[in-house]
This record gives sequence, C-alpha cells and structure tokens, in this order.
Amino acid sequence: MIRFLLEKEFKQIFRNKFIPKMLIMMPLMIMFVLPWAANQEVKDIRLGVVNYDNREISNRLIDKITSSDYFILVDDYLSAREANDAVERGDIDMILEIPNNFEKEMIRSHNVKVMIATNSVNGTKGVLGTSYLSSIINDYSNDITINHGIIAGKSNINLSVKYLFNVLMDYKVFMIPALIVMLLTMLSGFLPALNIVSEKEVGTIEQINVSPINRLTFVLSKLIPYWVIGIVIMSVCLIVAALVYNLLPAGNVFTIYLFSILYILVVSGLGIVLSNYSDTMQQAMFVMFFFVMILMLMSGLYTPISGMPDWARYITIVNPLKYYIEVMRSVYLKGSTFFDLIPQFYALVVFALFFNCWAVISYKKRN
Amino acid sequence: MNDEDIVIHTDKLRKQFGNFVAVEDISFDVKKGEIFGFLGANGAGKTTAMRMLCGLSYPTSGIATVAGFDVSKHQEEVKKNIGYMSQKFSLYDDLKVWENIRLFGGIYGMKSAKIKTKTDEILNELGLENERNKFVGELPLGWKQKLSFSISIFHEPKVVFLDEPTGGVDPVTRRHFWELIYKAVSRGITIFVTTHYMDEAEYCNRVSIMVDGKIKALDSPSNLKQEFGASSMEQVFFRLAREAERKGD
Repeated sequence: MIRFLLEKEFKQIFRNKFIPKMLIMMPLMIMFVLPWAANQEVKDIRLGVVNYDNREISNRLIDKITSSDYFILVDDYLSAREANDAVERGDIDMILEIPNNFEKEMIRSHNVKVMIATNSVNGTKGVLGTSYLSSIINDYSNDITINHGIIAGKSNINLSVKYLFNVLMDYKVFMIPALIVMLLTMLSGFLPALNIVSEKEVGTIEQINVSPINRLTFVLSKLIPYWVIGIVIMSVCLIVAALVYNLLPAGNVFTIYLFSILYILVVSGLGIVLSNYSDTMQQAMFVMFFFVMILMLMSGLYTPISGMPDWARYITIVNPLKYYIEVMRSVYLKGSTFFDLIPQFYALVVFALFFNCWAVISYKKRN
Repeated sequence: MNDEDIVIHTDKLRKQFGNFVAVEDISFDVKKGEIFGFLGANGAGKTTAMRMLCGLSYPTSGIATVAGFDVSKHQEEVKKNIGYMSQKFSLYDDLKVWENIRLFGGIYGMKSAKIKTKTDEILNELGLENERNKFVGELPLGWKQKLSFSISIFHEPKVVFLDEPTGGVDPVTRRHFWELIYKAVSRGITIFVTTHYMDEAEYCNRVSIMVDGKIKALDSPSNLKQEFGASSMEQVFFRLAREAERKGD
C-alpha cells in the first residue's frame, strides 16, 4: 500500500514548481555562500596610534602591526584625547597608546605598559581586535629581547592562547558542519510537515482519512521521501566540503551518518507534531519560524553555549539541535568516535521517541 | 425485511458540539442497492451525519452500522467497504488522470494489474481515454466530478457516500452523472447522496429531509408528494424547510 503513496509523493515533489529548485539552491547557498558570510573572523580593524615615544623600536612595532591583515593604520594622533575624538566620530575602532619612555624602558627593564583602547559597540570586533593586537605586541616583545641579546622568554605581556583542533582558527571549518545540520533540519523536518498541512488545506486529506489506510503508513509516506532527499543532499554537502574546502571529517563518516539518521527522526517527528496542530499553511509557517529561531539561536550554531547565562544553558538541554551540532563538530574537527558521543546519542534517542510518539498520538483521522 | 439487505442502519444517532446539537437522534435504514437521498437546508446537519457514517467523526451517542460494522468501534472495517466523494473536490490536481486512479486503487489494496485493466474500463466508460495523461487540475469541473465519482466506486464498495456531488455542474453533465449513478446501482452498489437540486431528489428511491438536525420526513418521492399534497419535491422541501429555526451557513 505504501508503495502507491510513495510513488505519489515523489511525483508530487518533483513536479512542484518550487521544491526541486529549492532542493538545489539551498545546499548551494549553504555550502558556497554562507561559510564566507557567516564568518566571525575580523579583518581590517581601523587602528589609530598615539605614539609619545616615536623612536625606532616603537615605530617598528607599528610597522609590524599594520603589516598584518587585521589592522589598517588610519592616522597618528598627537594626544589620547584627539584619538578618543576619532573613535567617537567613528573614524577608528581601536587606539594603541605608546608611552614616551617605551624604547628606554624596553631595553632597560623589558617591562613597559602600552595601552589598548577599543570601541566595543561591536563586541566581537572589540574582543577579537584586542586579542589580535595583544598577541602581535607579545610576539614583538619577544623579538626585541632576542635582538638585544637578552635572555629570551621574558615577555612583558604574558599571553598564552592555544587553539585546539581548528589550528588555523578557520571559521569556515567551524561553520560547515553546523550549516549541514541546519539544512537537514529544514529539509527533513519542516518540508514534510508543510506538505501534510497543505493536504489539509486543499482537502485531499479527507479522501485519505476515509480510506482504510492506517495513520502510520500515511505519515511514513510523507516522511520517507524527505529522509531520502535529506541524506542525499547531506552526502553532496560532505563531498563539497571535502573538494572545495578541503574539509574531511577527522572521525568516521559512518558516525556522522548514524547520528544524522537519528537526528532526522527527531526533527521529522517534531514537524509532524506541528502539522497535526496546524490547520493552515500560514499557521504552520508561523509556528515553525518560532521554533527555527529558538532552535538555531540556542544551539551553539552561532554563539557558544558556554557564553550563555545559566538559565539559557538549561533551556539548551532540551534543544535536540544542540546535541547534533556537538556531534557534527566533534566528529569533524576532533575526530570523536561513537563512544565519545554516547550522551548525545541517548539524548537524541529520547527526543526521537518523545516526538514520534507524540506525533502518532496527536494524528487523528477523525474528530 | 432481511437484515442482510440493510446496508446502513442508524438508531438515535447524535452529534453534539458543546451545547449545539448538530444531529439529533436520527434513526433510519438504507437498503442494499437503494439510492437514498439525504436532503436538508444548509446547516441542517447533513454533512455532520454523513461524516459520522464514514468514520470521519465520532458519534456523541446512538448507534450506526455501515455494511454491517459499527462506526464507533470498527471504523477501519467500515472504511474498507465504503466510497466517499466529498463536497470539496478531492483528487490530486498535480497527478495525471491515470495516476489518481492508480493511487486510490492502490490505497484500497488492489493489485497493479487489476488497476490497469479497470482503469481502461472506466476511462472508456467516461469517454476520457484521451485525457488519460492530462493532469487532473486541467480538467473542467464536470469531468473532474465524474472522474471523482468513478474513483470513489473503483474498489467496488458496498456503499458510496456522495456529498453534493453535482454542486456547480451544468445540467447536461449532471444528467451524465446520474447515469453513472444508475450504472453503479445496477452493479449492486448502494448510493447515499446529499443534494440541493430537487430534480435530483426525484431520481432517488427514497429521500429523507433533515431540518434543524432532525429527520422530518422519510419516504419515496411520490409518497412524500402525496403526503404533503405537493406537485413536486421542491414544494415538499419548502414546506418543511420553512419551519427551520437554524440559519443556514
């Protein structure tokens, strides 16, 4: 019986004017455009310098800073006040203030203070800019001590940052696994749900409800096509990630597939629940939008969960997206194995059971 | 009358939404091979009653059996034995004519080969051989309705429920439609039909007229006309429907 229904669904999907185009556009956007756009790397920070010292060592420091990709030297200012005004006008993002005894103190005691002031209206830019600048100065101070024949290792700014797993701090590597998650959520979770609601709206579902088809068969006939499409498109994305970004999972590909299939069960269950409670497309779209926003923003996709306040972190515990993103990132970047991911596995199994039971119970053939 | 001859039986069937009694304790029997007209003004409760008989809606109280199965307890058995054609056109516009037939045949558990031969038969009967590969959405309404009816009896159900099947259809096509109904009856299928066209009521073997959720009259068209001293079913209907307190929707 389900064979006839599947035949119908596949025909309808590929005959639709819109869906096949979306099935091609979405992964293209997600794999070729978003990794560049959804990038929090900060470049071209506009730097203003107030150099009271203006001697060789301090000038070489400024050269070194501006020779990096991260900073553009906008201007030299004579006083800190002038530089502050420039920040307020929006001409520059950061000020580096070098005291007038910089060179002397550097050679004498290798212990000098420079001041960095940052416009933190854009928080990310502020934090990252400060950290980049500090690390350049730190480097430089090590160079100086060596150049002057003093024992190395006595740096005046003791910054120690070590990036694990994503050594080059390439933001794209961080984003791609999570973007695949987003794609799967939309394709396998929300599309079939909208499909069911549209049958309600058109009225064709009556003809199904009056037939002896059982509800599980009907729901499965809606889900299976999108599971297949989801897995195919995910595979394409994995290949694109490998070919275009040279990004291969450090862990086992089968772990990725295992968790992906599990996750697909979770979101499609959620989708069916939503469709059971919606009578119109408009209503369904609105509710889904609400869930997408919350699921995405509270999943660690863009912003780290560790940076959230406690109450928000508790909410993320019931966000299935969070677990799947953790899995994808750690398999991709750290090479985690299935056994490292047992907690996530259990969490997703619980979600899958919960949503799918709810879906079957709330689906009614009659009222 | 033999029990086996009764295809639909209701006893004090009732549907209540909150305080509103949509269908109030209706009792009637429909015999095998009968064309049973189910008349009533808009909002009289016809569709609600029909939905209960099809297993789309739970009765609040009372008994109803269709094809020998209780609609409250064995609705899935009921569904195997009925056809249903809803008020709203409900074939898939984005599937071709033959694909719609194949889908619904398949849903009722028919085999592919059987579906194939029967598809040829009904397309021939409907004169739609040339439209076989057209999308249903491209067909004119009258053709769609005829196709929809043929599909609702494709699996040879015992009863078919038709909810205003000829709404918005031109008189010539309506005539064709009724010819199809008579053909189905000759094969032993029982017809349960709602309509607003009083000339169609005359085609029925028996009609019931619902007013405000109750059945006010039930007999053959000729007996009803006699009883109400009317010359047409239209007059009979007016006499009864005028008493209605409920506003139509």
